[in-house]
Amino acid sequence: MTSRLLIVDDSRAMRAFVRGSLRGFVDCEIDEASSGFEALRLLPRTDYKMVITDINMPDINGLELIKFMRASERYRDVPIIIISTHSSKQDQEKALELGASAFLPKPFTPPEIVNVVTALIDEKGSES
Amino acid sequence: MSKGSQGNKAMKEFLSEAQDFVESLSRNLIEIDKAVKTGEPDPDMVNEVFRGWHTLKGLASTFGVEPLSLLAHDEESLLDDIRLGRKVFTPHILDSLFESIEEVTKILGIINESGDIKATGYSDTRTKTTRGQAPDSGASGQSEDDNTSLVDPKNLIDSEILEVLTEFEEHRLQINLQQGQAIYKLRISFSLMSIDQELEDIKGRLRPVGEVITYLPSSESNDPDMLDIDVLLALHQNRKDLDTALEGVSADIGTLVPAKMTPGARFDTVIPAPPTAEQPSDSLVTDHDAAAASEIERQEIPGRGLVPQQKEQSISLRSVSQSVRVDIGKLDHLMNVVGELNIIRNSITKISDELRSINEQRDLANELHRVSRGFDRRLAEMQEGILEVRMVPVSQMFDRLSRMTRKMSRGVEKEINLVISGADTEVDKLIIEELSDPVMHIIRNAISHGIEDTGERRAGGKPEFGTVALTAYQKGNHILIEVEDDGAGIDGEKILEVAIDKGQLSREAAASLSEREILNLIFLPGVTTTAEANELSGRGVGMDVVKTNISALSGVVEVQSELGIGTKFTITMPVTLAIIPALLVSVDENTFAVPLNTVAEALTISGADVKKVMGIETFTLRGQTLPLCRMDGFFERPRQGPIPKGSRLLVASLGQRRLGLVVDELLGQQDVVIKTLGRSLDETRFFAGATDLGDQKLSLVIDTAAVIEVFFTSNEDFTQPAALVE
Repeated sequence: MTSRLLIVDDSRAMRAFVRGSLRGFVDCEIDEASSGFEALRLLPRTDYKMVITDINMPDINGLELIKFMRASERYRDVPIIIISTHSSKQDQEKALELGASAFLPKPFTPPEIVNVVTALIDEKGSES
Repeated sequence: MSKGSQGNKAMKEFLSEAQDFVESLSRNLIEIDKAVKTGEPDPDMVNEVFRGWHTLKGLASTFGVEPLSLLAHDEESLLDDIRLGRKVFTPHILDSLFESIEEVTKILGIINESGDIKATGYSDTRTKTTRGQAPDSGASGQSEDDNTSLVDPKNLIDSEILEVLTEFEEHRLQINLQQGQAIYKLRISFSLMSIDQELEDIKGRLRPVGEVITYLPSSESNDPDMLDIDVLLALHQNRKDLDTALEGVSADIGTLVPAKMTPGARFDTVIPAPPTAEQPSDSLVTDHDAAAASEIERQEIPGRGLVPQQKEQSISLRSVSQSVRVDIGKLDHLMNVVGELNIIRNSITKISDELRSINEQRDLANELHRVSRGFDRRLAEMQEGILEVRMVPVSQMFDRLSRMTRKMSRGVEKEINLVISGADTEVDKLIIEELSDPVMHIIRNAISHGIEDTGERRAGGKPEFGTVALTAYQKGNHILIEVEDDGAGIDGEKILEVAIDKGQLSREAAASLSEREILNLIFLPGVTTTAEANELSGRGVGMDVVKTNISALSGVVEVQSELGIGTKFTITMPVTLAIIPALLVSVDENTFAVPLNTVAEALTISGADVKKVMGIETFTLRGQTLPLCRMDGFFERPRQGPIPKGSRLLVASLGQRRLGLVVDELLGQQDVVIKTLGRSLDETRFFAGATDLGDQKLSLVIDTAAVIEVFFTSNEDFTQPAALVE
């Protein structure tokens, strides 16, 4: 079974950019969610290998998503990469405190996200 | 990077998302602009504008569009200051925000046209004075921080909650605490299957009673199909109102911070509730399309422990793909295919009709006939479906226009109230695109020439606000767009003078013109009433272009005006140009197609019914004189003698003009796909295009608007009796 990865961002261009960047470099299927709520609905259906999420989203923000996942036994160990702009240092700190695995500031280049994603997958692989 | 088509796809998404952003931004800004005049704008809306810029900045820098990311960076910081209460909206700030929309549009236009992401030709043309240096930027209004130092939520709210609030959410919490609002935590259980609908329902209920700070998902729930969410609510009304709002919802209501009567508190004054849009109910109902879409989704997501409920589960994915963006070119292609199918269908019908006349084949012929009828129906459905997809609400255009109106009215220092109605009227996408400029031009004229100066209006006993009403509605197969102003009206005498001066009209001809004809002179090149050119609308350049552009879309534009009262332009357009029902007629053994929507009725006529009036053949239709145009003569092969017995008369009607078209025979009605004649035949002005009728023969489609136009221009002496004007 191919592993799956979830991108959560309210911008479809950003989702397309991440998807396009990872294609060919990371061996997994990619699901997309356009809001925190959609992510919460998709999460129980699949064992995601990783979640990549924005912070500033309507209704359920990225921080809440991290906290929710970290508090759940099932998602506790799923790596979470935050993709967000530098603009709010406070939000960035909170994200890392809540247990985000990595923070990748926007804008990033395709190799940058490929590096972060593969590094986390390797790390996870060597653990188990 | 080897991104190739993927990168290209992301790029396309970027451009289309940026376009969406411009549209929603302009809608929101117009709302905010209104709200600022009467009170406070909805914080949600301000945050949405901020988030839009924020997203755009991230995208622009990701995709390397530097001018855009710089612009977005400025706007993002500005909006951030505003949403966090460090600045307030001032007219200057709003101006600059509106200007920025134009800038973004410009940059996107350059990228779109050149395909060059670096948009090298771009230079920032914004007036630098509008930001920062402006005398009142941010300072003149009361910033919310100014009054008192903010309440520190740390002492009042659990750190469990604070740690997941974004900076903005924390700020909204502070503001509400400072105002002494009560903070509640409502625990509500949502079913994962229908969380979208349930959430919209809750939002709709809470909007009138308070401000939702955020939604906190809880992972404590034991039921895998349920999700407990804590809604953090700042209650602006009484507790009783909250209970009423939540009637029928099982919610666990807990008070985090009780309401306080602090010095700055506004507990008992009514906080302006955010506009209660009637949206929630719209998105509640699942429809067939959505269910079908989720059927597809379901296959893509391997289920986990959801087998017993698969059907319901699939419905819960409803919102995943509710709409699809399609390039208009692809729709054109589909339409062409439907056109070809129509041609094939016509051939099949012909064959089946011929077969039926052969006795031995009757059974088979009947069978073929039956099958082809079924095919007809489905094809008609498909055609209708594609046409529907092409339709977009005119609000797309109206939003742009109201933005421009705002800008223009500031430019000429007149107060203009733009009243829009019928924004949800749907028109073919291509028509909307082509119509924007002409309508813009008419509005521009209304503002710069139509609406008087404030002083003049006051003296004339009119309200100081000039009103421009922009209205759209459908009438049969036509869309009517009206632009009506309550300005000075058009001075017919002046128009006449100018037209004579410009040599468009002889003094003798002028004397016999009706009032309506005089007004119509403004559509001639060079005719204007304004003495001076001004920045907005130039000097009489344009109304002729407006008319030409509208005619090119098979539309007509008409003007009515009353001196001192106002002016009204009415544009009549076909709903779509892609495929039209047409009446097939024969003239001198040639077949022509006449768009059905331009034909009011058809009658039989003979030479005896014809009376000559001022040298023109006319027919008396229910007591009214109808000028006749013999189509054979029109196409430069006139036949001599009276109109033969049994000829047909089509009463062509477009806008307020009517003309009788005389043809030999009516052949029937058929939907035709119009193909343009190509550039080399541009001069053939009586034809809208050609169409294939299915018998391998091409027919020309008559451009009724052009025929009527040319008829009345070349028969200037013939004044259409006023009785014909309805």
